[in-house]
Amino acid sequence: MTSIATSARPAIARGLRLQWEPAQQAHVLLYPEGMIKLNSSAGEIMKRCDGKRTLIDITADLEQAFAATGLAKDVEAFVAMAVDKHWLEIQP
Amino acid sequence: MSADPNSMLESRVARPDIARPGPPLWLLFELTYRCPLHCVFCYNPTDFLRTGAELATDDWLRVLREARALGSVQLGLSGGEPLVRDDLEIIVAEAHSLGFYTNLITSGVGLNESRIQALKAAGLDHIQLSFQDSTREMNDFLSSTRTFELKSKVAALIKKYDYPMVLNVVLHRLNIDHVEQILDMAEKFGADYVELANTQYYGWAQRNRDRLLPSREQLRRAEEVTQRFRQKPGQRMRIFFVVPDYFERRPKPCMNGLGSIFLTITPDGTALPCHAARMLPGIEFPNVRTSSVESVWYQSEGFNHFRGDSWMKEPCRSCPEKHKDFGGCRCQAYMLTGDAANADPVCDLSPHHHLVTEAVARAEALPRVEEKPLIFRDHR
Repeated sequence: MTSIATSARPAIARGLRLQWEPAQQAHVLLYPEGMIKLNSSAGEIMKRCDGKRTLIDITADLEQAFAATGLAKDVEAFVAMAVDKHWLEIQP
Repeated sequence: MSADPNSMLESRVARPDIARPGPPLWLLFELTYRCPLHCVFCYNPTDFLRTGAELATDDWLRVLREARALGSVQLGLSGGEPLVRDDLEIIVAEAHSLGFYTNLITSGVGLNESRIQALKAAGLDHIQLSFQDSTREMNDFLSSTRTFELKSKVAALIKKYDYPMVLNVVLHRLNIDHVEQILDMAEKFGADYVELANTQYYGWAQRNRDRLLPSREQLRRAEEVTQRFRQKPGQRMRIFFVVPDYFERRPKPCMNGLGSIFLTITPDGTALPCHAARMLPGIEFPNVRTSSVESVWYQSEGFNHFRGDSWMKEPCRSCPEKHKDFGGCRCQAYMLTGDAANADPVCDLSPHHHLVTEAVARAEALPRVEEKPLIFRDHR
């Protein structure tokens, strides 16, 4: 699996769209003729992947939003998986 | 248009509870049956000229709003050739503002630079372009038109306007030996995705079935070439190879089960749980001219008939795989056995499976040079 630097700035990959779907009570990733329904933690991470925030920013933001600590490893693992699946890309 | 409805479905979507089906996540507008092409493998009904008048712009827009409120999120715009409708941009703009992901499924005929600009401005997300083959001669022969050069230009426009490019090529006996050239062409065009969709036998394709079915050897070679292409270094296209179900031993989970996620609105407003369901006898399908999308989806007999498994007969009824493939395709069961509630005869547990193996055997035995003419989809 791809390893992701903590300074990396992930963004939703070109051609994909992330949006909240009230009918499904979930974030979904939309792409040509397809859809991936995200669970709540995946949705929370992905909606912060705006190509501006680094992995460190995203983790800090999540830890604050959910009053949690030690999320860095989970965030990195998810982002690496999502890059492998071409859901996210790393901004140069 | 795509001849493979199932390739569009995302299998990660779970089968919803029968008591309260989930929303029609996938909405397909077959905006018109009019089409400049005359493809021999088209799945449109062969009596499309006898269907009613096309819905007006306002009808399509109302259906968009009602479906979106229920939770529809993917919108396919197909036909016929959807570019024939001059309100396509209006429909796309409304869909985009409602939050749909919009997919135009087109032959490319009618897509010039001003039109693609307008569609981009309206918020169109994606264009799927169909090719019939890799060469002008075969493309033009199989669609009974002269469109290859035009499609090549459209492919360049799709790149220029920064769309992900999905090329769809329907495979059959007459072009399946050209898979390598087709993939080379797709690579040259800069395609992101290629769908090599073997023909599914509905409509015109069913009428031409015995002359479109490939041989097992053709199929094996095509899969081998595809696999080799996928492994080429630096190869970036994602290639989907959809095997023709006639060569399988278990049926496809058609539409993820009828009435599960898929809603088609045909040109005259008839709502169907799959592209071909209009053929099913004894079932009345609702029309959006007189019914709301909510009542179409949740209340109508047409959509409830094949939900759940109480309609099933043996061997499906007691089959441990019935929630995996839902008995296969109702239309195929009807076309081949005369009863839509039978198991799809593609399944080798079906007592009618021989109908499929015999068709494959007949196609194998056919000489390579045909005397019996193909029937081009025609308006006459």
